[in-house]
Amino acid sequence: MRFESPTTTKEAAALLTGELGDAYILAGGTDLLVRMKLGLIEPALVVDIKKIPATQEINVSDKGISIGASVSGATMSEHAKLNKSWPGVVEAANLIGSDQIQSRCTIAGNLCNASPAADSVPALIAAGAKAVIVGEQRRRTVPVEKIITGPGTTSLQKGELIESILLPKQAARSADAYLRFIPRTEMDIAVVGVGINLTLARGVIQSARVVLGAVAPTPILVAKAAKAIVGTKLDAQALENLAAACSDACDPIDDKRGTIEYRTRVAGVLARRAAVIAFKRAGGA
Amino acid sequence: MSHDTSYTKQKFKLIGSRVNRPDGIDKVTGRARYGADASAPGQLVGKVLRSPHAHALIKKIDTTKAEKLPGVKAVITSADMPDLTGGNRSMLDILENCMARGRALYDGHAVAAVAAVDEQTARQALKLIKVTYKRLPHVTDVDKAMLPGAPVIHDWVFTSGVDPKPEKASNVVQRNQFGHGDVEAGFAEADVIVEKTFKTEQTHQGYIEPHACLATVGPDGHGDLWVTTQGHFHFRQVCAALIGMDVAKLKVTSSEIGGGFGGKTHVWMEPVALVLAREANRPVKLVMSREEVFKATGPTSSTSVDVKIGAKKNGTITAAAAELRYQGGAFPGIWGMLGAMTSFACYDLKNVQSVGYDVICNRPKVAAYRAPSAPMAAFGIESTMDLVAEEIGMDPVKFRIKNAAKEGTQASYGPVYGPIGIGPTLKAAQNHPHMKAKLRKNQGRGMACGFWFNFGGQTCTDLNIGVDGTVSLAVGTVDVGGSRASLGLIAAEELGIEYEQVKVHIADTASLGHNDTTEGSRGTFSSGMATIFAARDAKDELCQRAAKMWDIPVSAVAWKEGKAVAKGKRHNNLAPLTLKEIAAKSPNTGGPIAGHNEVVADGAGVSFASHICDVEVDPETGATKVIRYTVVQDAGKAIHPDYVEGQFQGGAAQGIGWALNEEYIYGDDGLLQNAGFLDYRIPVCSDLPFIDTEILEIPNPNHPYGIRGVGETSIVPPLAAIGNAVSNAVGVRMTHVPMSPPRILKALDEAGV
Amino acid sequence: MSGFLVSTKINGDAFQFACPSEETLLDSLRNRVGLTGVKEGCGTGDCGACSITLDGSLVCSCLVLAAEADGREIGTVEGLSDGMKLHPLQEKFIEHAALQCGICTPGFLISAKALLEKNPKPSEKEIRYALAGNLCRCTGYDKIVRAVQAAAKEMRKK
Repeated sequence: MRFESPTTTKEAAALLTGELGDAYILAGGTDLLVRMKLGLIEPALVVDIKKIPATQEINVSDKGISIGASVSGATMSEHAKLNKSWPGVVEAANLIGSDQIQSRCTIAGNLCNASPAADSVPALIAAGAKAVIVGEQRRRTVPVEKIITGPGTTSLQKGELIESILLPKQAARSADAYLRFIPRTEMDIAVVGVGINLTLARGVIQSARVVLGAVAPTPILVAKAAKAIVGTKLDAQALENLAAACSDACDPIDDKRGTIEYRTRVAGVLARRAAVIAFKRAGGA
Repeated sequence: MSHDTSYTKQKFKLIGSRVNRPDGIDKVTGRARYGADASAPGQLVGKVLRSPHAHALIKKIDTTKAEKLPGVKAVITSADMPDLTGGNRSMLDILENCMARGRALYDGHAVAAVAAVDEQTARQALKLIKVTYKRLPHVTDVDKAMLPGAPVIHDWVFTSGVDPKPEKASNVVQRNQFGHGDVEAGFAEADVIVEKTFKTEQTHQGYIEPHACLATVGPDGHGDLWVTTQGHFHFRQVCAALIGMDVAKLKVTSSEIGGGFGGKTHVWMEPVALVLAREANRPVKLVMSREEVFKATGPTSSTSVDVKIGAKKNGTITAAAAELRYQGGAFPGIWGMLGAMTSFACYDLKNVQSVGYDVICNRPKVAAYRAPSAPMAAFGIESTMDLVAEEIGMDPVKFRIKNAAKEGTQASYGPVYGPIGIGPTLKAAQNHPHMKAKLRKNQGRGMACGFWFNFGGQTCTDLNIGVDGTVSLAVGTVDVGGSRASLGLIAAEELGIEYEQVKVHIADTASLGHNDTTEGSRGTFSSGMATIFAARDAKDELCQRAAKMWDIPVSAVAWKEGKAVAKGKRHNNLAPLTLKEIAAKSPNTGGPIAGHNEVVADGAGVSFASHICDVEVDPETGATKVIRYTVVQDAGKAIHPDYVEGQFQGGAAQGIGWALNEEYIYGDDGLLQNAGFLDYRIPVCSDLPFIDTEILEIPNPNHPYGIRGVGETSIVPPLAAIGNAVSNAVGVRMTHVPMSPPRILKALDEAGV
Repeated sequence: MSGFLVSTKINGDAFQFACPSEETLLDSLRNRVGLTGVKEGCGTGDCGACSITLDGSLVCSCLVLAAEADGREIGTVEGLSDGMKLHPLQEKFIEHAALQCGICTPGFLISAKALLEKNPKPSEKEIRYALAGNLCRCTGYDKIVRAVQAAAKEMRKK
């Protein structure tokens, strides 16, 4: 195995393009090294992107907040402006693993690992985040929901890597929230995850994005769930409709982490709870 | 001096104090050496190839490519581990479990092994071994394995304990029945009868240290084995027999052990390491991965248990019966038998019957796990006890107190009890402030009792006094939870010196006579007894030397409070001699002073506990959190209360994990799906509250200090205590452990709660 | 297989070693540097026994390639005490009997130290969540949490 640590994104893309064998990007390594340890992969090349300055920064601009691809969960949790604007995204990122994992794990890695149960992805999709993708030839910006195509697969082409994740500027009277269910209090993979981002106008929900994780081959943006709460003050009926829409949208599997029945049911429960949190955060009453 | 094992009420100076453990500094500085922490010159890396099938014929193993890989020094299969057991089937089972012989019996069963110069080469070599399998039908569920028509895993297993003797092989190894009285007559007298079936899933001890060893065998047949084990003497015997070595030529050293809980009482890959080392004539280090630990060591049984208890309205149990079916993995075991023995041990019953079945499945060979087999039986019985109490409208604690076993009770498994702690622990639980604490919505309280036999066994210690008066104590029971501190206290107490003057060592197999494995909560009980006797021998010798120094007859010397004193008016001019003073003169009074003891430590006192548990259940997700937990247990005598509490807390935590989330999950393909800590889900720090403890001391009459084993009983009650608490919190009776969120939510749905 | 030369500072001392590029920092620390106080319990980041600090941040060394440590500073349990003087966490772990088998202890000490450096007065809940990445199977965590509380108190005195 070859180990490279380039200092520009372009250089990284060139290394990935040039490698004939299996090439992997290393940012936090919290998924990559597990797969190597379990013998699931044998990389010919690992490209460490942490020495690339563009991947290391959190930048706040008029357009929003850009989070570099090697920014760790712990760094995100320490960023005041990010926490204020996108608490749901930060709480989702911070749910990934222990403090040890937090020092290393990244949301770009969480996205590229393409697990249906990735914690940060539903929150990113709910927030309307985009991924800045760099290849040897071109640079493109793609909505996060377009990246994951199935369990473990992405729409990234050979030689492409994510340089940063771009969160839009959060609108006024808006907030997001993320909740997941795990059997223990820590250290588990989500059995169900729900990310919600909503905007209020005069106390009424004007727009919303509701995203479910771990209940389908990819995280799913549930338009019907958003519709269930738009135009409401999140009254009991709206919450019930939201829960029903979320449960309806589920297409989960039975596995060691949960049953179809359970996931379907709990998706609705968590959606209700997450909506209440986001609603309160946005100033709703 | 006396080797009388009877309890004598004596006033202790040191026993019961919370001194620092002697291995503490090593363990907080990273210096302590565990199984994987040793290395030897020229050492190779060993690795094992394992079956990817639940059950398969091994048609061919082609190792030629692996052998040719540069850096590979040995490749072995079962052909390199011939059967030397001389018809001893249980020894052959061990050998076959270490390395499959023509058939892979479970997912993860070893089929070949390599030794190579480094990790990468060893990994590569495993890939080059080509195994041709033919898959066979498998069975992993205990009830299904008992059905007629189930794939029969061994054609040589004929159920014992049934009449007539079966003519056809089956997966049922044995049937064992215990009890007394007439249960049918007893049930006829009952006002209320509750019958229920319970299931528990398979769990693993989950020690954090994977199995690891460093093996060396030379062409002269001499060998060394450094290994993480609970019983290095047992390992020596088994390894030597299986691979054809002389017992005395194999020295086994137990490393610091990173947790065992019963799982390190059996050999799993050590004979393989020794054979690799012999083939290569180089030291071989073999360390299991976590995945291997889950797949190929010895978890505890999954079970299926029927319980029937009948009682009168006044709370008297008229009859109790249980049938217990225990899955033992791919080889015969005694787990169903133990389950049946422990079932009703807490109670004084006129009519009682328990029947245990041991059943073979395509799963790893079951090993002991802390009070092995008792928690599953207790889950069924203690849950049913609550149900009966509810039916007759009696407080469940009072109901248990009314029926509790006491001194003179004939235990359901046979013996008549001496002084025991079930009644006192129940009364202490009843009076505990925890019992009266307020509960909120969706919270509930449950309690349950537990029993464990405890064990004594063969023990041998050496106590050597240095010329400076300090004492080195060599014991042969592995220190799994702080026993060196306890044994140091015992030696110091007996000799009348300071704790700091004693250093306790775990001796290797070349330095002491045979010691049974540290199991059955025997460490402090049995090595404590041998230490007392060795110290008493040393005191005899110290008196001899004092007599010599004083030039008086030894009959005129007595040992009092750490000093030799001259008895009688004639000698009252002689100032007492301290141990230190006598030791200083020892080179001139006869040489080194030592005490030694070999004993079969009989009379391990049975152990009882009562636990109280509060849970909070989220009725929308089925998530259950333990919010308060109290352990009350009889310790006989708590030599070092910190480590007694530690046993209570650790056992309770393991029981809580078992009750709520831990389980082996097998797919329809018979493969283990969650062979890692991520999805096996042992409790993490944020899952648990502080675990309160109350130590009761009801002396064991068969130990000079009154010691009973304390290590195991605490894992017995939690399953039922939590089940009872869940029932009281949200009104559903859980009959399947673990009570994971999907199971609780389903039960809530079905109950329409 | 291609090799990699790693120059690091370990517990304050400069140290160089060569290793295959795919080797984890855990394996290098144990097998090449000789720091076997760093333990492997799972190799997949689930047990925390291999916890170390890398440039001051808490990581599982099983999830770091040794090559990544080039030019960086590593802290392990072997560097906790200052000569004869134990770190307060080490003292309190012994005093409170916060270890039984002790295999998880190095990882707990490193994690607890990282916690107390960030948060000198953690609540019980904060301690429990901060230590959730470290598995202990012997103690039920009770005495570990108490030892960390006692060490925090001791460290605040200074």
